[in-house]
Amino acid sequence: MVDQEKGYVVFTEEMKKTHTILVPNMLPMHFKMIGKVMSRSGYKLELLETSGPQIAETGLKYVHNDTCYPAILVIGQFIDALQSGKYDPDKVALILFQTGGGCRASNYIHLLRKALQKAGLGHVPVISLSMAGLEKHPGFRLTLPLIMKMMYGVLYGDLLMTLVNQCKPYELEKGSAQALADKWTDRLAEEMTAGGKANYRQVKANYRRILDDFAAIPMESRSGKVKVGIVGEIFVKYSPLGNNNLEQFLVDEGAEAVIPGLLDFCLYCVYNNLLDRKLYGMQKQVQFAYRIAYRYLVNKERDMIEAIRDHGRFEPPTLFTHTVELVQGTISMGVKMGEGWLLTAEMLELADKGVGNIVCTQPFGCLPNHICGKGMMKPIKERNPNVNIVAIDYDAGATRVNQENRLKLMLANARQREHGGAVRENEEIPA
Amino acid sequence: MRNDCNLTVGIDIGSTTAKIVVVENGTILFEKYQRHFSQVRQKTLELLDLAAPFVGDRPFTAAISGSAGLGLAESAGVSFVQEVFATGEVVRRLEPDASAVIELGGEDAKIIFFDGGIDERMNGSCAGGTGAFIDQMATLLNITADELDELSLQSTRLYPIASRCGVFAKTDIQPLLNQGAKHADVAASIYQAVVNQTIAGLAQGKRISGKVLFLGGPLYYCKGLRRRFQETLKLDDDHAVFPEYGRFAVAMGAALYAREAGEIYTLDRLREKIMGSSATRDAANLLPPLFRSEEDYEKFRARHAAAAVAEGDLAAYTGGAWLGIDCGSTTTKLALLGENRELLYTYYSSNRGNPVEIVREQLEKIYSLCGDRVVIRGSAVTGYGEELIQAAFGVDKGVVETIAHYTAAKYFCPEVDFVLDIGGQDIKCFKIKNGAIDSIMLNEACSSGCGSFIETFARAMGYDVAAFAEKGLHAEAPVNLGSRCTVFMNSSVKQSQKDGATVEDISAGLSVSVVKNAVYKVIRAGSADELGEHVVVQGGTFYNDAVLRAFEMELGKEVIRPAIAGLMGAYGAALYAMEAVSAPRSGLIGPDELAGFDHTAKAAVCQGCTNHCRLTVNSFGGGKKKYISGNQCQKGLGLANVEELPNLYAWKRDALMGLEAGAEVRGTIGLPLALGMYELLPLWHAFFTALGFRVEVSGPGSRRIYEKGQFSIPSDTACYPAKIMHGHMEVLLDKHVDAIFYPCLTYNVDEKESDNHYNCPVVAYYSELLHGNMDDLERTHFLYPFLNINNRKELTRELTACLSPVFHDVTKKEVRKAVDTAFDAYERHMMAVGQQGEEAVAWARAHGKRIMILAGRPYHIDPEIGHGIDKLAASLGFVVVSEDSVCHLADPVPVHVLNQWTYHARLYRAARFACENPDVQLVQLVSFGCGVDAITTDEVRRILEDGGKLYTQIKIDEITNLGAVKIRLRSLIGALEEKGV
Repeated sequence: MVDQEKGYVVFTEEMKKTHTILVPNMLPMHFKMIGKVMSRSGYKLELLETSGPQIAETGLKYVHNDTCYPAILVIGQFIDALQSGKYDPDKVALILFQTGGGCRASNYIHLLRKALQKAGLGHVPVISLSMAGLEKHPGFRLTLPLIMKMMYGVLYGDLLMTLVNQCKPYELEKGSAQALADKWTDRLAEEMTAGGKANYRQVKANYRRILDDFAAIPMESRSGKVKVGIVGEIFVKYSPLGNNNLEQFLVDEGAEAVIPGLLDFCLYCVYNNLLDRKLYGMQKQVQFAYRIAYRYLVNKERDMIEAIRDHGRFEPPTLFTHTVELVQGTISMGVKMGEGWLLTAEMLELADKGVGNIVCTQPFGCLPNHICGKGMMKPIKERNPNVNIVAIDYDAGATRVNQENRLKLMLANARQREHGGAVRENEEIPA
Repeated sequence: MRNDCNLTVGIDIGSTTAKIVVVENGTILFEKYQRHFSQVRQKTLELLDLAAPFVGDRPFTAAISGSAGLGLAESAGVSFVQEVFATGEVVRRLEPDASAVIELGGEDAKIIFFDGGIDERMNGSCAGGTGAFIDQMATLLNITADELDELSLQSTRLYPIASRCGVFAKTDIQPLLNQGAKHADVAASIYQAVVNQTIAGLAQGKRISGKVLFLGGPLYYCKGLRRRFQETLKLDDDHAVFPEYGRFAVAMGAALYAREAGEIYTLDRLREKIMGSSATRDAANLLPPLFRSEEDYEKFRARHAAAAVAEGDLAAYTGGAWLGIDCGSTTTKLALLGENRELLYTYYSSNRGNPVEIVREQLEKIYSLCGDRVVIRGSAVTGYGEELIQAAFGVDKGVVETIAHYTAAKYFCPEVDFVLDIGGQDIKCFKIKNGAIDSIMLNEACSSGCGSFIETFARAMGYDVAAFAEKGLHAEAPVNLGSRCTVFMNSSVKQSQKDGATVEDISAGLSVSVVKNAVYKVIRAGSADELGEHVVVQGGTFYNDAVLRAFEMELGKEVIRPAIAGLMGAYGAALYAMEAVSAPRSGLIGPDELAGFDHTAKAAVCQGCTNHCRLTVNSFGGGKKKYISGNQCQKGLGLANVEELPNLYAWKRDALMGLEAGAEVRGTIGLPLALGMYELLPLWHAFFTALGFRVEVSGPGSRRIYEKGQFSIPSDTACYPAKIMHGHMEVLLDKHVDAIFYPCLTYNVDEKESDNHYNCPVVAYYSELLHGNMDDLERTHFLYPFLNINNRKELTRELTACLSPVFHDVTKKEVRKAVDTAFDAYERHMMAVGQQGEEAVAWARAHGKRIMILAGRPYHIDPEIGHGIDKLAASLGFVVVSEDSVCHLADPVPVHVLNQWTYHARLYRAARFACENPDVQLVQLVSFGCGVDAITTDEVRRILEDGGKLYTQIKIDEITNLGAVKIRLRSLIGALEEKGV
């Protein structure tokens, strides 16, 4: 029941044994592994894999319709699941990530609680998963070993995502790259939960095995396809539910999707705390911890990138430290709400890698993206005159036709640029 | 793959029209342009038949283009080329020296820039200024698109009309029409709105100059639109080119593409392919039918037929009668009641853009029917045109819509708990508790699911609204269209047509979406129980049985629909007149005077203050009576000595504008008076003055300032308070200041009463956007440091680091001192604001006035952002206080949200203050596009409703129709009076 002092339903230690925790699905591969790790630590976890229009419908019913689309989807997915009859509403808890930043996303958890109240499910506990420790739930504690394992989940997830995206457009047998990734997801999840402590040497060995496996997929030559980068608000950028399956659309159109990984976002969150000190003289006491965390993550990222580079077959993601360099001179790194400067940085990173086409995804009316997305396109284009950026809004009412027509325009232009035009110059046309 | 085929066919299927061209060896053999009424496949086949004589049995290449062509091409397996791309190809071939192309289509607008690398752009998902928009506006004026065009050429002035989307524009145009503005001027203003939309939404900072090509149907047909584009872009005839092939550019592009990449067909083969293309519908997107059987429908009809009213025969009736007039946004309704409240005469018709004339005709008719037998003893008018009609005909009483509707509903169902009225343009709902209106919810400008919405769709599909609704009743699988605004809905409908939905399914689907919009967006109900036992639905839209049924299905309960659903406003007004007018004879103008009635409307500009409101002066009876509209305050009405009530908005404005600039020792600093500067101006002003700078403030906002900067706005869906920032920067640039200062403040002043003290992302970082998008800022030093406003030592360090590279002699010591001075000034200012708040409250109590907290953000006091709503409230008898002037009078509130923004924390406390004081009401101002307010509005509403208070919200944007605001505020007053507060 609602804890009077805290104002929310607390997830107690007893609940850890009795309750199933439902997890929203933003990145299928990443979250599956992280979920498995958590289950091993005694939590009963279930990743929601539902889709379909009823999710947005349910969201619209219980959430203020002007709220951003990710909130409508995530909350809609939760309530839709709770109302499906599949779960005992007295034996279920929900979990949401909360950054505590200045964007309204930090309020999702409260909107979720309001929505639950409205749906007559006010007794369902909602756990705030937050590195900032915004709420206290005795039944849910993140220990350091647990966090480390989750981190490996993120690393593996980024690697698999990168490789799948690089194989999918070229695979001779449709679906083979995804099948391989799924196989690895299961295997890695098993492995991480098998032993006690995670063994980093084994992680690195796995990188090589994964790379070899993907390299063995029968593929046509990896060239001639238009590369399209996807950046944007984190949920619609990654979640097929949020972006109408953008990745698949691009592949079907004969393009290759390039998507910066989740680790970048983790690094961005940590880095911002270091910047708070630099810019405002805040957070002095915890600087030490953040610095360690930052160095740790940067090293892990470098190891993964080097593994890909050494293997030689695939293109590695960009080092975070390089991304940070790229952004200098465009947007200030003090812009830290939502995806903040990272969004601008990722567009620059893609341009830097020669990915000349970028889809900037955002929920309709996303506040930070006015600044970091649409607001930075002009300076980005000035620096990289050949880059082609299209901003696509995602929303409960926005339709595929509209979105796809704009994507098609981008692709048509991209093809023309790469092949010197579909139409010859000496063509005659009447006036 | 180049082929030897010299014959080629280009097909362009846009959102409303289909075009075909047949080209052979560079000569056009055939071209055709027709509306397709959403029958895409069929129309394409028809066009091919028309082209048959020119093609014959010969093989040819073909490609399809256009937004509606996308689906067809996909399912038929015919080559497709994106339409903007196609246009670009054609223009590069035909007009190699063109520097830009502007193409308007049915629902899309595009710009292609050729200078400095090709740059092709399309409108985003929330942008309406296109052909469909022009059609919609013509419908509103009850004329054809051609007539609109002719009219526009005779205009003498332009009114500002919101260009963002059709819904907004409608709310601007409606009152103009109802207030008697000239149709020619409105027509030209509509075109100007399209032009502004194209420039603001698409050019986004890139200047349109050089040789510009104008393409697409609307620009081919509308001479007035061409003229507006030419004048706005300052293009002479050599630089504005309207080519003969304007309508066919995309189709020609498709032909060009086909030659290169299209397959070879014969006519039969292509026909076959298109005929064979059948789309599959996604079962998940289908809704259950409205009626399972004919029997179900009959039962439903019988049940609702029971809710009828007694009727009398005016031709036979003798005695007193009472007249009610409801002059709504799109329709005018009249009801004449006899002594036993029986209906003697009713009238319901579209406004046809001139409600005065309609009421005149009707009065004439009523008088002739009444003869000497019937005496009209009282009359009342309600609705948008209330004041105009009252002034024109001497109607006894004006009554605000909500009260009129409630009066009618109550008469019908005395125990009514909830009234939902969906009219042509508005949705009104109110809850009734203990016989008084307990809460009022009205639709926002952006949630458009109203009657005119279905009507527009019906027309677009070639039906009248009744036949269209009828079709929906028999739909087998209504399509799920969501519950968003019209612009989104258009594309949803397009999508479902592509998927093969029938007209029946779309009609039913639209009815469901209207209902969902009302229930979830306007009422914000989670369950049917929240509405109570007895629900009365009314308004013309509920004549549509499909809407009524959908509503019952959504709620899962039966509701009452009076047989006179569309007349309830007029009926209620008549009932109101019966109670409120006690004279033996109404003051309504008599038959004789009516015979000589005349009405003229003239435009004027108010000279009462610097705001210069644009007025419309209506004169009746040769100037004997006047009605003036468009004014923000009473001054324009020529009333000299209006009582001045305390108004904290005015006080704050005066305080900020009264800050005196010091002597210029070091240089000049420009401060843009927008966004967060409205809060911190006293601080920065004192800071720079102390350092020896002369401070230049850009001044309060105005429409002119906005327009000055609109060229460089990159994101048109950002809020208006942010977008106007560009204009303020231009003003400062014109003043040639040495530097412009608007810092980035992730964190706002910590008032120690919330979980955190952020600014919203837009207030915090808009400078970054300005820096990235306004090249002219290079002409000065634009300083936008990241600052910690809560730590003076840090702040000193940061400010010194920011200033010293530009003004070399600035020392840290001086800055530290100036920071202290600045904070003293800021604290004094905030103290004064609080004190003024207390004094205003005390004054109101001493003089027995109602107090209104006009709760928003600091920047809502700007006359352009707030549109003078504070003055309007004052003119209605409220003492106006701001949220920051009274929030210190209440304790912090436990809230159910993460309370992490400084400005918003004040809202919650102000709401609590309203709850604790019976004579204080809170009205929340919300800027369109403010994402954070999706959170605060729900929470403020909860606090107020828990405290037994009415919640009123006013959404404001670029242009705000004060008429609608007035109705809201008067509804509030009406509800308070009923409650006896």
